Amino acid sequence: MKAVYALYPDGHSAQQALSRLQAAGVHDRDITIQSAQPMENFEFGHRDKATWMWWIACGGGLIGMASAVGLTWLTEVSWPINVGGLPIFAWWPNLIITFELTMLGAILATVITLVVTARLGRGSTIYDAEVSDGKILVGVVNPSESAVADLEAALTAPPGAQLKKI
Amino acid sequence: MSASPSPSHGQINTDLLRPLLKTSWKFYAVVTILGGIVVTALVSWLSQMFYGFGISGIRWPVYWGFYVTSFVFWIGISHAGTLISAILRLVDAGWRRPVTRCAEVITVFALMIGAMFPIIHLGRPWLAFWLIPYPSERLIWPNFRSPLVWDFFAINTYLTGSLLFLLLPMIPDFAVVRDKSTGLRRRVYTLLALGWRGTPKQWHRLESAMAIMAIAIVPVAVSVHTIVSFDFSMAPVPMWQSTIFGPYFVAGAIFSGIAGLLIAMAILRRVLHLEQYLHPIHFENLGKLLLVMALLWGYFVFNERLVTYYGNEPSEMAVFWRTQRESFAPLYWTMVTGNFVLPLVIMGIKRFRTITGCVIASLGVVVGMWLERFLIIVPSLGHKYLPYSYGIYRPQPVEIIIAGATFAAMTLLYVLFVKIVPIISIWELKAGEHQPPDTTHPAAEERRLREQHS
Repeated sequence: MKAVYALYPDGHSAQQALSRLQAAGVHDRDITIQSAQPMENFEFGHRDKATWMWWIACGGGLIGMASAVGLTWLTEVSWPINVGGLPIFAWWPNLIITFELTMLGAILATVITLVVTARLGRGSTIYDAEVSDGKILVGVVNPSESAVADLEAALTAPPGAQLKKI
Repeated sequence: MSASPSPSHGQINTDLLRPLLKTSWKFYAVVTILGGIVVTALVSWLSQMFYGFGISGIRWPVYWGFYVTSFVFWIGISHAGTLISAILRLVDAGWRRPVTRCAEVITVFALMIGAMFPIIHLGRPWLAFWLIPYPSERLIWPNFRSPLVWDFFAINTYLTGSLLFLLLPMIPDFAVVRDKSTGLRRRVYTLLALGWRGTPKQWHRLESAMAIMAIAIVPVAVSVHTIVSFDFSMAPVPMWQSTIFGPYFVAGAIFSGIAGLLIAMAILRRVLHLEQYLHPIHFENLGKLLLVMALLWGYFVFNERLVTYYGNEPSEMAVFWRTQRESFAPLYWTMVTGNFVLPLVIMGIKRFRTITGCVIASLGVVVGMWLERFLIIVPSLGHKYLPYSYGIYRPQPVEIIIAGATFAAMTLLYVLFVKIVPIISIWELKAGEHQPPDTTHPAAEERRLREQHS
């Protein structure tokens, strides 16, 4: 059996199922939860919240800034042009390029972090199209045969549970 | 007023996926008509390339005409989306949910259209790559002190950021379309959904990414139109060298952007039957914002005019009077009516702040803002410091067709987008549980609470 899971009509039932799975000794990392929208009103909606994304975005911004300073400095020094008596390496206009590339660096770093850390493009063992209709999926991937009965009991206990196995 | 029951998840899916899954003959008719207009414009552009710039009205001393006017106008319209959406996300305005995507799409398409104009204006568009600041021994580029290079960086950063800002929240909606479709469509949306499953981790990462991008995109949006204003204010041309141009352009851009958004929302609401999602209160809120921006625009124009008037510099005063009471006066006063009088009257009076009222005021603003860009460019370029540089500008059919067809191009892109992506963010609507906004007057609510506690 690849997975056992249940679909729930609301967050309360899903939360109950999660608590029962935890009480049955299932580790958090083995439990899969899926929903059609963020479920911040429930405890399970706060799983895996910690992220370095903000710091990585700052890092991306710094890389963008360094690239801009490098690009403007190197090219202006290598191909000096006198423009209206401005210095060859003029800080004021270069600040505009620096600002734009700093922001671009931060934006790109954010998106790359999202794709990598949210595991986009890599799929998952369990998924049920009913999640799109508002059902909440709670399940366990690759359960041991001996634990299946306990898992089924935990998953079917909350009201409105709809058990499925794949 | 009591709130009507909010639509269920299934109802939301059905309503918002209907335009994607069902196609009527009207869609093909609209695409054919708009496509025809766009093709006409492309033929005009090709003829301009073939016969040369002589067939346009752009000649010495007015080298910037309809094309640069349209460039600035569309870059301004682009401020409708990402900027407004980002601000509403940052302040966590609940009523933003049905509005954000409608707005973000405008940004992306308006930027694409706007960015085409410098290329059309080049005359030899195959040399557009010269704008890219790569090291060159022609001693032309790289010149990071040129506002045109700043434009290149600013517009591309904003376009990249806006495109990603639009695309990221579309991923969960692509997953919904994937789950609701079959055959080839399902395979396409499976690819677009990037394996989205809706785990808590994915939701957190998406929301964090959107928060970071919202913070990053606001200053970028402000910088873009400030830099577009530098194209003017860095040049020694009467009435252009002004320190007020940056904020003046940004305010004007947001102003025209809101107007564009209101028109788009009204059309979408009517054509796609989105009455349950786009409520009059959304229009009223944006209408109030339009009113604030009209006042701000009036403030900037007053400042610009008063300072020029007191400076009394002859060449500036010549342009000043040309616009206010000579050859350009009809256009100038139409602009003032469209940008200030009309929105002030319609949006200032509560009973006129209806959907129809918002659309009328917005149409006035769109016309007024296009005229504003035109009146910044043409009268000044046609009347510089010395009499030898005086001249007139008469737009020719090729310019009128291309500038006019951009409105058709914008509509066409919007129609095609609506056909492949839900125009209202489904997951954000569900996340907000989509309660129709409470329209109870604050005073009535206060009275109710007082009675409850007494």
